[in-house]
Amino acid sequence: MNNEGVIYRISGPVVTATGMNAAMYDVVRVGHEGLMGEVIELHGEKAVIQVYEDTSGIRPGEPVLNTQETLSVSLGPGLLTQIYDGIQRPLPTLEEEMGVFITRGVDADAFDLEKIWTFEPQVAVGDEVVAGQVIGHVQETETIVHKIMVPPSVSGVVKSIESGDYNVTQTICVLDNGTEMQMMQKWPVRTPRPFQQKYAPETPLITGMRILDFLFPLAKGGAAGIPGPFGSGKTVTQQSLAKYSDAQLVVYIGCGERGNEMTEVLDEFPHLIDPNTGKPLMERTVMIANTSNMPVAAREASVYTGITIAEYFRDMGYDVALMADSTSRWAEAMREISSRLEEMPGEEGYPAYLSSRIAEFYERAGRVETLNGDDGSVTVIGAVSPPGGDISEPVSQGTLRIVKVFWGLDAGLARQRHFPAINWLNSYSLYPQSLDQWFRDNISQDFPEVRTQISGLLQIESELQEIVQLVGSDALPTDQQLTLEVARMIREYFLQQNGFHDVDAYCDIHLQYQMAKAILSFQDAAKSAMASGAVLNDVVNVPARSDLMRGRFEKGYIDVIADMVKKMTDQIAETVEEN
Amino acid sequence: MTGKEYRTITDVKGPLVFLNKTEPVAFGEIVTLRLSNGTIKNGQVLDTSDDLVIVQVFEGTAKIDRESGVTFMGDVFKLPVSTDLVGRILDGAGRPRDGGPEIVADEKADIIGAAINPYSRQSPNDFIQTGVSAIDLCTSLVRGQKLPIFSASGLPHNDIALQIARQAKLKDSDEEFIVVFCAMGITAEEYNFFRSDLERTGALENAVLFVNLADDPAVERIITPRLALTAAEYLAFEKDYHVLVIYTDMTNYCDALRQIGAAREEVPGRRGYPGYMYTDLAMLYERAGIIKNKKGSITQFPILTMPGDDITHPIPDLSGYITEGQIVISRELHQQGIYPPINVLPSLSRLMGSCIGEKTTREDHKSVSDQMYAAYAQGRELRGLVAIVGEDALNERDKQLLDFSGVFEDKFLRQTRDEDRSIEETLDLCWTLMSAIDTKYLVRLDQKWIDKYHPDNRA
Ligand SMILES: Nc1ncnc2c1ncn2[C@@H]1O[C@H](COP(=O)(O)OP(=O)(O)O)[C@@H](O)[C@H]1O
Ligand SMILES: [Mg+2]
Repeated sequence: MNNEGVIYRISGPVVTATGMNAAMYDVVRVGHEGLMGEVIELHGEKAVIQVYEDTSGIRPGEPVLNTQETLSVSLGPGLLTQIYDGIQRPLPTLEEEMGVFITRGVDADAFDLEKIWTFEPQVAVGDEVVAGQVIGHVQETETIVHKIMVPPSVSGVVKSIESGDYNVTQTICVLDNGTEMQMMQKWPVRTPRPFQQKYAPETPLITGMRILDFLFPLAKGGAAGIPGPFGSGKTVTQQSLAKYSDAQLVVYIGCGERGNEMTEVLDEFPHLIDPNTGKPLMERTVMIANTSNMPVAAREASVYTGITIAEYFRDMGYDVALMADSTSRWAEAMREISSRLEEMPGEEGYPAYLSSRIAEFYERAGRVETLNGDDGSVTVIGAVSPPGGDISEPVSQGTLRIVKVFWGLDAGLARQRHFPAINWLNSYSLYPQSLDQWFRDNISQDFPEVRTQISGLLQIESELQEIVQLVGSDALPTDQQLTLEVARMIREYFLQQNGFHDVDAYCDIHLQYQMAKAILSFQDAAKSAMASGAVLNDVVNVPARSDLMRGRFEKGYIDVIADMVKKMTDQIAETVEEN
Repeated sequence: MTGKEYRTITDVKGPLVFLNKTEPVAFGEIVTLRLSNGTIKNGQVLDTSDDLVIVQVFEGTAKIDRESGVTFMGDVFKLPVSTDLVGRILDGAGRPRDGGPEIVADEKADIIGAAINPYSRQSPNDFIQTGVSAIDLCTSLVRGQKLPIFSASGLPHNDIALQIARQAKLKDSDEEFIVVFCAMGITAEEYNFFRSDLERTGALENAVLFVNLADDPAVERIITPRLALTAAEYLAFEKDYHVLVIYTDMTNYCDALRQIGAAREEVPGRRGYPGYMYTDLAMLYERAGIIKNKKGSITQFPILTMPGDDITHPIPDLSGYITEGQIVISRELHQQGIYPPINVLPSLSRLMGSCIGEKTTREDHKSVSDQMYAAYAQGRELRGLVAIVGEDALNERDKQLLDFSGVFEDKFLRQTRDEDRSIEETLDLCWTLMSAIDTKYLVRLDQKWIDKYHPDNRA
């Protein structure tokens, strides 16, 4: 075997090498500086390589070395709280090695290989272990127990097992067939990690955002797409999900987006508390930042790096949520590489395999029975950045064909400062049917019915608005004017939620339900008061109603909302007597 | 390591020259071409292999023939940098244009620029007062931000950019900006306008100008902003200056990019622009920011003209996806005779939240900004309704909001080209204007600010 070749051609991030034995997806070292690359095409004796670092200054004739490995991530204790580039190099290490600007030719371990962890064995000598089985625990952060698993495709009888303090490369278990296991393992990023079977999702991912949980819920193990033009709220929504959703672990991928947004997350997260556990948010988070100005090939790889890490934690039985902001930049990276390969372009210059790549990626989401029989899930939420906000383009369409939840961001709403600017008329979730039982059992028996009423009112409002545009609202009969007021209350009190508000940014799901009920109580009280002669204007303006609405900005709202509703309905009833 | 001269040109196409059989040539290497008439041109390697090298020629390929000599300079494009740059005017390829001496280099910096490690960045949060009310109140500028002006032909974006350059300062501080000005394909007239203004105010001594004009080589525009940003990075991160980079017009830059793409017969993306334009623009815009433990900063003010006034055109669209907001100039307001004709509704500063409030501007800033914006947005919307149903159909609240939208444009937006309003003046003005609206309709104002700042309560 000849592992060494020479560079024949360089065109941006794509380098062609000759004279080297290579297989698809082999990792190679390019040029005198040993830049990392991956074989992505073979032509006769030429191997086409995408290079994960800048190629300026590299010349034909420089050496290329095939490592014979495939592009893999390192998995083990030390992953949590990290921030990586697209090929799993920790950014703090890169800063140490090359200063504040990212230059090239530097390798970095994914985590500290010397760090000592306390390994608590879960199996004993003589036990038979199978692929995926948990052989020991490491308390990685305050919140997360890192379960050390037998790698997929390995099994046998435990010959020896250690207990106590080890680093991730020391052998902690040996099987009778001679297999030695360490706390760190590797997995090729482009291959989904195996599991026993996929289940239908039946538990919602609770996000604390009312419009999402209540109207368009996402299942744990499901996939959602958030398309929207710039400035409509993709990033704020994704960050809110990372902060507040009740996943046990979060993998956040900044894929081809702004540097300062990642800095913001890095600044903010260590100071935030997970509302679900009361523990520091950072302890459940892994971040990947391959910003827009970092090499595109590494951007292409970043989503695979992220989802492989997510699957690994899923295999321990955790519910993992992954955010990718933005999948369009990943698709564009594919397009850029593809055009350098002079491949036949499909729609809008994207490679013909675009939609299958998108589908394969989202297919890695799911709720599964893991190899060790546990139950784990990966939920994927992908932002999409359609040019000009027009979702008829290939990336949006490829995404919508596969995801079951569509949170459509709307430039018009963002411009009105209605946040989250998710359009309630065209967004959808196909999960309610499978999740309704959970909502009935855990929140309230009539939860689905309340949801239907709320979304029905919004529907009616949009129809009435068309008439109002023509004749003004005063021309409508009073019952329809009331419907408009109720719908306005839904929008301003319930759907609007400032992602930066100290209190209201996260709303407990029980509180969400009570707020929805409060709106319906207003409607009922107003209807009956008006039937007895009350005037709409008086009904709408009872002081207790604005108190109720403003109450959501104060802590402890859930304890007082019932009283506030009562006060409101009482005051509404009193408006009858006034007349 | 200047190599030998090759005479192996096979094809010339648009701005590109194709050669075969050379020594190994580096990707990105700088090239000089010597024409038979003695003219020297410069270029850069875009594609290199054992058999074929593609060179992009900055000055255009006129008069290049198969006899022209090509020399590879052994290195990628670098700009000599030193503090001597300050006060100088250079051309679009970095050569003196002011008759002065060559720049004596402290060091030579690669113009492509390396990405700032996101972990090494520091979040920008220092409010810059521009003295322009619309910007300071609604789209506050932050030191280290990249905030473009989305304009269109015939609109006064240059006046606005210059006014900002003149007036921009940290509140309560005399710390000045160094302006790095980068012209790409603008007319001589526009350039003279910029230069004489900078001269008049004395800012020129504290500025570096890189100038590629409309009649200068189009392909050179690919490197002009990179030179400007390389100079800016040196001044900011090596020499601790706060640098304000104004570049205009990004639309000409993107058109040059499209020209090269077409010559390479690349598969075009939307409207003929290359599929990699997002990445390419990001490599410019992302060079703004602040770095931990460094004193200087780079704030970017790119100006672009939207073809056909269309904000969904790829140039504003891709820019908006990268920059930290945008300031949108409106033809309608301009035609009403309002300067600065900034439409605050589609404008946005994504970093505003971190830079306003009690500690930096004033405690009521956010509340006032939200209310002014909301009232103006509603008033504007009512204009459409009034056109259909007539003003009489409006209720009292709507009448007040409708009137307010006119006042907003006339009294709040409008200011003179040398009017430098402090943020307090801007906020006080807002309170005065809002007092025409019944307080019960000002639902976005916190009661405690009404008590403290409303003219009725202040008298
Ligand atoms: N949920 C929200 N709450 C409050 N403000 C929001 C919200 N979503 C978006 N915004 C505002 O809109 C701006 C743009 O949002 P962002 O998420 O960055 O948009 P995108 O990623 O789609 O370009 C933010 O800077 C913020 O001012
Ligand atoms: Mg975003």
